[in-house]
Amino acid sequence: MEATYSAGLRPRPQLIISDKVFNVLLGVAGAVVLALIAILGSSLAFGSSAALKVFGWHFTIGTNWDPVKEDFGALPFIYGTLMSSILALLIAVPVGVGTGIFLAEIAPKRLAEPLAFVIELLAAVPSVVYGMWGIFVIVPLMRSLQEYAGEHWSNCVLLSGPPVGVGLLTASVVLAIMILPFIAAISKDSLQAVPRTQAEAGLALGSTRWETISGPVLRYARKGIFGGIILALGRALGETMAVTMLIGNNPQITASLFRSAYSMSAVIANEFSEATGDLHTSALVSIALVLLVLTLAVNALARLLIWGVVSQSEGKAA
Amino acid sequence: MLRERLRNVGSAVALSLCGLMCLCAVLPLAAMLYHVIRNGAPAINVAFFTQMPKPLGEPGGGLLNAIAGSLTLIVLASAIGVPIGVTAGVFLARASGSRGAFWVRYAADVLSGIPSIVFGVVVYELVVVPMKGFSAFSGGLALSLIMIPTVVRTTEEMIRMVPYTLYEAALALGAPDWRATTSVLLKGARTGIITGVMLAAARVAGETAPLLFTAFNNQFWNMKLNQPIASLPVQIFNYAVAPWDEFHQKAWAGSLVLVTLVLGLSILTRVATRGRYEIIQ
Repeated sequence: MEATYSAGLRPRPQLIISDKVFNVLLGVAGAVVLALIAILGSSLAFGSSAALKVFGWHFTIGTNWDPVKEDFGALPFIYGTLMSSILALLIAVPVGVGTGIFLAEIAPKRLAEPLAFVIELLAAVPSVVYGMWGIFVIVPLMRSLQEYAGEHWSNCVLLSGPPVGVGLLTASVVLAIMILPFIAAISKDSLQAVPRTQAEAGLALGSTRWETISGPVLRYARKGIFGGIILALGRALGETMAVTMLIGNNPQITASLFRSAYSMSAVIANEFSEATGDLHTSALVSIALVLLVLTLAVNALARLLIWGVVSQSEGKAA
Repeated sequence: MLRERLRNVGSAVALSLCGLMCLCAVLPLAAMLYHVIRNGAPAINVAFFTQMPKPLGEPGGGLLNAIAGSLTLIVLASAIGVPIGVTAGVFLARASGSRGAFWVRYAADVLSGIPSIVFGVVVYELVVVPMKGFSAFSGGLALSLIMIPTVVRTTEEMIRMVPYTLYEAALALGAPDWRATTSVLLKGARTGIITGVMLAAARVAGETAPLLFTAFNNQFWNMKLNQPIASLPVQIFNYAVAPWDEFHQKAWAGSLVLVTLVLGLSILTRVATRGRYEIIQ
């Protein structure tokens, strides 16, 4: 049962006024947090109205981004954001979930605890540092990979392009490293929340250790893990600095993973402070609005899944 | 028998694959720390912390303005974000079952999922445009918005850990509600709340994106809140994307300072609160 600190008792009536003031103060702070959402939404809606009035829904499917001719379409940026995040997930999910399983089920406690702490710490490293590391360490690696691919697999559309180092795949790799800690930590927590009996039942039926983990244990934890993955997707979508530094900043849609692209957050970061006109600024605010809607939708999905897990385990405990 | 053996071998292979995945996760992270330390450490000296940046070509110089700017922004962000966040957290803890609390908690959750660059855009619209210029104040405000959800949730969680009976005892002794809340609940949760605030401050210390068009950047010394101000992360970004090795050196050193600050604070709070609280991020 959870305690609620509401003032059910009023021992000294003469002091009720001060309590009333106090309660109003608390309520105001709560209201401020609520109001922030409204302010955020309306400010973006207001700022984007000029561009959306001119371009309408075609803004999201237009492929041209030309500040000089004042022609703005956001599709290359939406594509870049989605593509880089999904690629990052493809890399980070197997590694992250595997790490979670290793930490929760396989590694001895003495090894698992410090490892989990280190991985958790790395979620706190600022993204500009990841971006910088990407520029000086991953980009050269990627460049040699691209040179190799250019020589040996030049027919493959996915791997074509000049060996410049930066590009969609480079950004995705660093994004994957950045969201790995989240996926690993949430997978580990979800697995540790699985009742011991679940594993014991599997073992008692003659399963091997892996069959137990991949069967009854993982199935019990899958909702939480999935929620964590979606949460990580939300992070990847909004990630700005590392992507800006690595994706190549070229608004194009190509099939090749090695070519440069552009993301929504990156174009805002690069152009917002030096936008050439009101329509340009408004178009950038519209991109921020699209980004906001996208991340909110993804986060809502994640919350739905994680809340499901919480109420499920609370129901068991009661 | 063969089937049995195959299953056991398969299990062992799968388990070691998980171990391999863990290695794959730790390796790049360790590599990043290694590179930051190896490239950053040689450029760290007294001048780095005490001197202004020198123009390109002149040796030496430091990032004094960026470091001071970052500190200013963090203090500003905390000054705005902490009072609102803590008060809202107290509201949530006391009214935890009510419909109002549900929506406030929901709003805090939503806020924590919003990309930080969006906060920058909003503060630009609401503060920078009317004030007709980039300013330290707008940067601090943008950072405070990022801090608020963390502070709200930490405060709520920490207050909930204070035994309810203590609060009742204070009421029974005749303390008014506000007194029981501030002197018993808040005081009992103090360590946890301070920890949470410090972690939140460390996190926003590394935020770059929302500062690009709020606090902007400044090559010179500035402590005026209505003027653009330099900050460590923005300076690292500008130096890292510039083509000169001297700038890269400075960027690595700045990264090392930033990483040390963030990781140091996280480790410190972990050690200080070990076994007492689960840190909720």
